[in-house]
Amino acid sequence: MELYSLTIHELQEKIKNGDVSAMQITESVFSRINAVEERVHSYIRLMKEEALAAAAKADENIKKGDLQPLTGIPVALKDIVCTKGITTTCGSHILHNFVPPYNATVVEKLSAAGAVFVGKANMDEFAMGSSTETSYFGPTHNPWDLERIPGGSSGGSATAVAADECIASIGSDTGGSIRQPAALCGVVGMKPTYGRVSRFGLIAFASSLDQIGPFTKDVEDCAIMMNVLAGYDPKESTSVKTEVPDYRRFIGGDIKGWKVGIPKEYFVEGIDPEVAAAVQKAIAVVEKCGGKIVDITLPHTQYCLAVYYIIAPAEASSNLARYDGVKYGLRTADARDLMEMYTKTRRQGFGAEVKRRIMIGTYALSAGYYDAYYGKASQVRALIRRDFDEAFQQCDVILTPTTPTPAFKIGEKTDDPLQMYLSDIFTISTNLAGIPGISVPCGFTAAGLPIGVQFLAGHFEEGKLLQIASTYEKNAAIEKRRPTL
Amino acid sequence: MEGILKLTTQNVEYVAKLARLEVTNQEKEKFTAQLNDILLYIDKLNELDTTGVAPMSHAIAVTNAFREDKVAESLGTQRALANAPDARGEFFRVPKVID
Amino acid sequence: MEFETVIGLEVHAQMLTDTKIFCNCSTKFGGTPNSHACPVCLGMPGVLPVLNKKVVEYGMKMALATNCTINPSNSFARKNYFYPDLPKGYQISQFAYPLAEHGYILLEINGEQKKIGITRIHMEEDAGKLMHDENNPVSYVDLNRTGVPLIEIVSEPDMRSPEEAADYLKRLHEILVYLEICDGNMEEGSFRCDANVSIRPKGQKEFGTRAELKNMNSFRNVQRALEYEVKRQQYLVENGQKIVQETRLWDDAQGVTNPMRSKEEAHDYRYFPDPDLVPVMVDETWIARIREELPELPLVKRERFVKDYQIPAYDAGVLTADKALALYYEDVVKLCGKPKQVSNWVMGDVLRFLNEEKRDIRQCPISAKSLADMITLIEEGAISGKMAKDVIDDMYKTGKPPQDIIKEKGLVQITDEGELIKTISAIIEASPNQLKDYRGGKEKLFGFFVGQVMKATQGKANPQLVNDLLKKMLAG
Repeated sequence: MELYSLTIHELQEKIKNGDVSAMQITESVFSRINAVEERVHSYIRLMKEEALAAAAKADENIKKGDLQPLTGIPVALKDIVCTKGITTTCGSHILHNFVPPYNATVVEKLSAAGAVFVGKANMDEFAMGSSTETSYFGPTHNPWDLERIPGGSSGGSATAVAADECIASIGSDTGGSIRQPAALCGVVGMKPTYGRVSRFGLIAFASSLDQIGPFTKDVEDCAIMMNVLAGYDPKESTSVKTEVPDYRRFIGGDIKGWKVGIPKEYFVEGIDPEVAAAVQKAIAVVEKCGGKIVDITLPHTQYCLAVYYIIAPAEASSNLARYDGVKYGLRTADARDLMEMYTKTRRQGFGAEVKRRIMIGTYALSAGYYDAYYGKASQVRALIRRDFDEAFQQCDVILTPTTPTPAFKIGEKTDDPLQMYLSDIFTISTNLAGIPGISVPCGFTAAGLPIGVQFLAGHFEEGKLLQIASTYEKNAAIEKRRPTL
Repeated sequence: MEGILKLTTQNVEYVAKLARLEVTNQEKEKFTAQLNDILLYIDKLNELDTTGVAPMSHAIAVTNAFREDKVAESLGTQRALANAPDARGEFFRVPKVID
Repeated sequence: MEFETVIGLEVHAQMLTDTKIFCNCSTKFGGTPNSHACPVCLGMPGVLPVLNKKVVEYGMKMALATNCTINPSNSFARKNYFYPDLPKGYQISQFAYPLAEHGYILLEINGEQKKIGITRIHMEEDAGKLMHDENNPVSYVDLNRTGVPLIEIVSEPDMRSPEEAADYLKRLHEILVYLEICDGNMEEGSFRCDANVSIRPKGQKEFGTRAELKNMNSFRNVQRALEYEVKRQQYLVENGQKIVQETRLWDDAQGVTNPMRSKEEAHDYRYFPDPDLVPVMVDETWIARIREELPELPLVKRERFVKDYQIPAYDAGVLTADKALALYYEDVVKLCGKPKQVSNWVMGDVLRFLNEEKRDIRQCPISAKSLADMITLIEEGAISGKMAKDVIDDMYKTGKPPQDIIKEKGLVQITDEGELIKTISAIIEASPNQLKDYRGGKEKLFGFFVGQVMKATQGKANPQLVNDLLKKMLAG
């Protein structure tokens, strides 16, 4: 077994026993990157020099007996989190040369926990996309089938874990951008409760929906990462002061008697039959573990996507106004006046999908349309949240497919935005309601593409998600396949 | 509520200007078509009666997040300008602004 | 045709906090360009605003001082527009749910009180500063001021003349400074005013088309600009022309208003709730605490001065125009009583000294204790009023207490009866003729004897005492 293919908890054992050094692990990961990165393209930027220095420091600490939760563990960062002194592009031409003079809070936390940063992972431009095809730096390929998309927007973070180009990674999830690529790449991905993990230093897409979370190889690693990431941050007004439990203690906890809600709105026509079958099998496993299956309803599900495609672009149109060629990033070379500097810089700096969303969002907020679009969507959003509040009166967790289909082909949906948006149909409601969700692998299609099952819980009940997901993971005994690269 | 009006290329032009995006004629056509598709889809929200529903603008009900009035170190002029595409002396420089 | 003027004012007041509204950068005026800037106020990617609590509390003070209702839940919105001095491409302000609404202040107009309504008070961040190159087609951006906290105070269109508007502005300014939440410096832009002005035929109910005036950086300019604008609008109407709704800039040098040069886009600010900030919930306990911290406001103080100190309304007005001056006055009265005398000395000599040197009362070298002592010395007859004029001059110059100056200059009055009797006896003895004439009925000669005594004592004799003694002794 190569070191790069191990989990955080497996490597921790080896480090603790003195079997391996942080340097060996980091070198192993970089050798893997050398071998596969050209085909997968998980990264926008590698941080080898920094990683080797960090690994050396980790080894010093290990020698001193100072073992932090992630000491010596190679971690990839989605290029949406700001890294002090290291170019942070958000997958966009407009930020291609931006060097933040600050770290995101999660970067500080991971660093303090001893993590070794491998590089900045590829992503859809400004996290707008479900396929990682909108990156200015070119698409990322699904390691299970290089012709296919890895999902998005955190595609690079998902593939880096799936292809063993890191041990764990950080992504961000605005409408499914962690859970959807996790499902399509066969790894574990969690979107925590809104306010649970600091957004400070996370380049904003839609501020009321964005949340940072981990990609890992298994559920126990997810708990380890959450222990480091979660917590109140005074630098963020929407950060929540709720106490953070030790998430590891939920791992393997039994779910006997738990009510597991199956929302009928998530099991409708249009789901790929292989996905439907895999999720049905997952339901059976949960039942076998003692879970009690209850039928529930989330009546406003059919409106989620419409609400999302008003609120997210509206917030984005405002969040992206700061990219104006004045303070940082790209400025057009051929502006004759101020207006041209703005319009040409933004034309040259943003890709088609970003422009499209800025246009929708600007329109939805513009004079005369606010009430019909943003106002209406914010009201329906309240109804969607109420659906979940009522559902969690009847069940402990909710189980759904993560995505309606397995990974599609690169280029298949790029010209049909609405079709592309539909791939987030099962993940979006979570962000609108602010609740946590996790995607766990639940099998493969006949063609060998991974499928994910999603668990959802009430606000701040990440522990419940980790408990059921780890129990499911153990009992489902999904074949331990690795992508052949 | 009445169904949402179809977007025209004039609307697209107006919105593009508000958003400070230069768009070619070809893009204008394409955006008009694509945005209309999306808006048509979004129109389904009008099926719902939301009378009296309080709009939700935050995912979590946090209130009163404050900071104390204590000065901390700023970046300093040099670091503030470090990423600027056009800095001159101690300033960001831009094409002339007319009041 | 007779016209009525309708004016509403929007005042932006910079809050006197140490740090900006959403980050920890200093609010100090001046400083190297772009030195008071951090990732938050520079609008860098991924950073987040956190509200300065003091801004809320200062805003609440103003709200209470202007009789507003504080909204129990108020919140921030984004006002979206592109401008190089606005780093995020939006200004964080309050829109649908401002801090406070429905207030008023009272003006005294021709001895009568008039209520001017306050529509709303809201918190927002300031923008940066642009400087234009005279020779090249470029502008320079300084973001030091970006994010400096402001409150905007919007009045109802309740003012009916430029004088009323100027008066309202002065009262508002006075309140802000009294509350110590704004330094009120108009030149540095800590107190700025835009005006909406329209005219309508007398008796008409509907408002006329209004112009928005900007760029007036003193009370005087506000009044001048309004006066000009009213005349301009009257001229247009009288000549059958239309008034255009537009923004006009005051040109101080020319004394005129001109339309803004830049083509104004239809304002489409796309306000929406700022998802990065959470609602501010203000409960009764908090309001009560802020209310307790409120100082006595100018109008109340003025009335109290008239009532408690029995001084003329004019004196009370002068003494309370500056809170520190009022405090000084009260300190002096507390020490020596005699409120009217104190008022005379403060308004006469002290303010004259200060005005000559453009200093304010906080920089006055004469302490309240010194002034009180001097007035007491006059009362006790230790010095004469005339001597006091010299003494106070020295007190101002040197900062020394009056006792020291009197001693140094040997100015002490002779109040020793025995000593004076000796002097008077000698003078009477040396002036037998005058004495004879006086006793013979020439009472005018009394003055001669006073003069002689003063001459002999180099003016130090207590005049009252001299009078009394002379009368007795001349009578024989």
